[in-house]
Amino acid sequence: MKRIIIHEEYCIGCGLCEVHCIVKHSRTGKIIRAFKEERDQIVPGVQVERDGYESFALQCRHCDDAVCIEACMTGAMHRDPETGAVLCDTDRCVGCWMCIMVCPAGAIQQGADGTVASKCDACTDEEIPVCVANCPNEALVLEDEE
Amino acid sequence: MPNWLIEPDFVVERDPDRCIQCEVCVRQCANEAHEFDEELQEVFTDSTRCVGCHRCASLCPTDAISIRPAELEFRPNENWSAQAIRNIYKQSEQGGVLLTGMGNPEPLPIYWDRMLLNASQVTNPSIDPLREPMELLTHIGSKPQRLEFSGGETPQLETTLGPQLELHVPVMFSAMSYGSISYNASEALARAANEVGTYANTGEGGLHEDLRQYAGRMIVQVASGRFGVDVDYLNSGAAVEIKIGQGAKPGIGGHLPGEKVSADISATRMIPEGTDALSPAPHHDIYSIEDLRQLIYAIKEATRYRKPVGVKIAAVHHVAAIASGCVRAGADFVAIDGYRGGTGAAPTMIRNNVGIPIEFALAAVDSRLREEGIRQDAGLIVAGSFRCAADVVKAIALGADACYIGTAALVAMGCHVCQKCYTGRCNWGIATQDPYLTRRLNPNIATRRLVNLLESWAHEIQEIMGGMGINAIESLRGNRDHLRGVNLTDRELNVLGIQMAGE
Amino acid sequence: MATNRTLPFKDMGGCSISGVMDESGRRFSGEEIIRSIRNMHERSNGLGGGFAAYGIFPERADQYCMQLMFDTPEAKRETEALLDERCNVHYAEDIPTRPHEAITDEPLLHRYFVSVEPDKSRPHLDENDLMVELHMEINTTIQDAFVFSAGKNMGCFKGVGFPEDIGEYFRLEEYEAYTWIAHGRFPTNTTGWWGGAHPFSILDWAIVHNGEISSYGINKRYLRNFGYECTLQTDTEVIAYLFDLLIRKHGLPLEVACQAMAPPFWEDIERMPEREQAQAKAIRAVYGGALLNGPFAVVVGSTGRMIGFSDRTKLRPQVCARGGDRLYIASEEAAIRTICPDPDVVWHPDGGEPVVGELQAGVQVA
Repeated sequence: MKRIIIHEEYCIGCGLCEVHCIVKHSRTGKIIRAFKEERDQIVPGVQVERDGYESFALQCRHCDDAVCIEACMTGAMHRDPETGAVLCDTDRCVGCWMCIMVCPAGAIQQGADGTVASKCDACTDEEIPVCVANCPNEALVLEDEE
Repeated sequence: MPNWLIEPDFVVERDPDRCIQCEVCVRQCANEAHEFDEELQEVFTDSTRCVGCHRCASLCPTDAISIRPAELEFRPNENWSAQAIRNIYKQSEQGGVLLTGMGNPEPLPIYWDRMLLNASQVTNPSIDPLREPMELLTHIGSKPQRLEFSGGETPQLETTLGPQLELHVPVMFSAMSYGSISYNASEALARAANEVGTYANTGEGGLHEDLRQYAGRMIVQVASGRFGVDVDYLNSGAAVEIKIGQGAKPGIGGHLPGEKVSADISATRMIPEGTDALSPAPHHDIYSIEDLRQLIYAIKEATRYRKPVGVKIAAVHHVAAIASGCVRAGADFVAIDGYRGGTGAAPTMIRNNVGIPIEFALAAVDSRLREEGIRQDAGLIVAGSFRCAADVVKAIALGADACYIGTAALVAMGCHVCQKCYTGRCNWGIATQDPYLTRRLNPNIATRRLVNLLESWAHEIQEIMGGMGINAIESLRGNRDHLRGVNLTDRELNVLGIQMAGE
Repeated sequence: MATNRTLPFKDMGGCSISGVMDESGRRFSGEEIIRSIRNMHERSNGLGGGFAAYGIFPERADQYCMQLMFDTPEAKRETEALLDERCNVHYAEDIPTRPHEAITDEPLLHRYFVSVEPDKSRPHLDENDLMVELHMEINTTIQDAFVFSAGKNMGCFKGVGFPEDIGEYFRLEEYEAYTWIAHGRFPTNTTGWWGGAHPFSILDWAIVHNGEISSYGINKRYLRNFGYECTLQTDTEVIAYLFDLLIRKHGLPLEVACQAMAPPFWEDIERMPEREQAQAKAIRAVYGGALLNGPFAVVVGSTGRMIGFSDRTKLRPQVCARGGDRLYIASEEAAIRTICPDPDVVWHPDGGEPVVGELQAGVQVA
């Protein structure tokens, strides 16, 4: 499986990955409308962590041995059989936050309404995830797993 | 006292209908022109801080930002231009020398644009470089007047050629020191030179340990400050260049402020961390031509005569005589930097007013060396603003072996020629050592872009040569018959050694 | 009679060339070469034709034969005064011609057999150097005089007209030579001046050329380094001077000189064995200014030798043949077969590959 890798030495902390993640997961898919109409309703699946000049765009690693799936009591957190991506079925999520507690990467958040978990869905319908496609410094890249 | 006489150069306009308050611009501007007001939850812009580098506009995901010159007009005055007035405001406010970066921006004639190239029609077939060989391979170094062969059935070459640089494209990256540009920029130049088969020049800042793996395609520079120079450094590169002068600032030395001298730069330059790296105006062991000869031969001895040793000079009034002297002093190549050549930092008055155009300097030097019968003794490299492949072709037709590009390479890496290199706050991560900014230049991307640039220029040079019916660059070199002048006086045509269009 | 002797900056156009050498040194009449060049009538346009012949003056083989044209009697007098000053004139005569309906406006044509004494004040110059100097001086300083050739036991005959008419005009069937080379011009820009026809000659080098040298601008500047002034502003002239420089002055073996003028491509050099590669690289690096670029095919005559070669990509035609002791080189095979109907071998040399005819071992032509 191809995975999104962050070369943190080239992450410039611009936040364009977050911007494009929000647009991708908006209702209209149009950047200006997404921000004007839905900004408060979407939590991006990628989050830029900043500390001084260093920064790091973080998203779900879609682990092979995904503890979030094991920890999920309702089976909401599951692996997509086709793509191998770890996804959250929000219809089944009850908001117990066990996934957030166990995630070693800290890559799962509460959704905007605070009732279900929200995470990176690996843009499985895109050839290249939008955060990778729009990273201006190629810090985020899609690489074959070693 | 407030700087109320300092006026903004640009006005930054934000289209409120398009701005999504994502703060990308805020994070990108090292000059802090954009600010996010937490209370109002809105981005505001302070135009006085804008240098016109376009970093914010380039990264803005909604194209909400536009930047235009500040339309603050003085009463029209051909003599007292706005720039002249503003310079005085600045100097009377702050005292001191006006500083600037990049090459001369003044509206002086660009002679490349007044020379036009030839092409074949009917009597001579043009050549299609995609189907037939079109050779750009260039050797730079001292060559004998003639070769000796021993007799016998098959002639055997008896002459041994001195060391030569071998260029697959007649364009090299000009001297830009680690210090004036970031490590990532240096790495990209070195890697691109290796990939394309040309050379990058270290500049006067030494060569970082981690970059020595690329040194087979690097020219190591020795300048008046001797920063980073030891025998290993001299022997690490493919050639050694003694820097006497630079086109942007003939007659003065370099200045790297102490705050840019980080641990890494201090190790590379072999100077204490945090100290100003000031290179003297002259080499204090070169007060005349015979002293230059001694340094050339000292370096040749140190490198066991295995590397070409060249001399870089700025194009000044008597450039032909000076270049001839350098050749006679033993230089294997002479690099001439014209008055439009770039810099990381130079006094504005010097950059804008000292030196002569590279076009004239090149024509005069090539002619002079040929008149003296010593053109073979040294390669001739020219620098000082080559903007495109056509400029390169014209320079080679005038007599150059190869061109150095500095600014063009930086532009390929993202530089927007904002002329603020000397501030150390390059938003593109090129002319800066600030770790917040240097990471903006991913050397993988920069290398790729530099390689693309050189390869596209190589293709264009081949296309132009093919049109002329020339399939080897040695037949273009010094072939002024393929140049014609427009908009030039007889004197200008004479110095350039070319005919008028229509002749 | 003052004429315009400015030549176009470059001699652009197409042409026919033919050369025949008998390697046994046997001499034969000019009738054959006239027939050969006539066969390619279509390749010239009547604006220039010429010949060079080797071995035609055996009785005066140790003297330089200077063949000149004069547009005015004054020019002739001026030239003769200069010759008296610079050399010993042993014999002089009008170059024999016959009236020809196709040949008009002919200049005065005269030949001088001369020798030169060493110049004591300039001992580094040998007699060849002094002859080159005299040749250049006449061409550059005497307005209406022009040297066709000034070599030993050879001569150039040329003028405005079709080459076969020029040959008949000069009565070439009455001469016997072991090498003949000929040229018919198809210039696209010309001023119908007799001196502008081929061959171009210096000492005993004579060149006939079909093509255009795109590298002329740098070849001319390169030659100037070594004291050659390209007075005629024709690209053919640079070929003659390059042969003189590389072979006579630099002492390069013939194949090396040809390799300098039409070197192999770098991609071919890369595939050569190491020693050969180093040699080829050195030749290209050092003799870049001598590389002849653009389309050309030439035949070069010199004492005891005839060389044919063409540009690296062979953009102009050249066919070779051997029959008995003879080597034939021409633009078209038909021009060879018209005088040698049944050659032993016919071949098309590769671009840049020199074809050399040389007198057989022991043959003396003096």
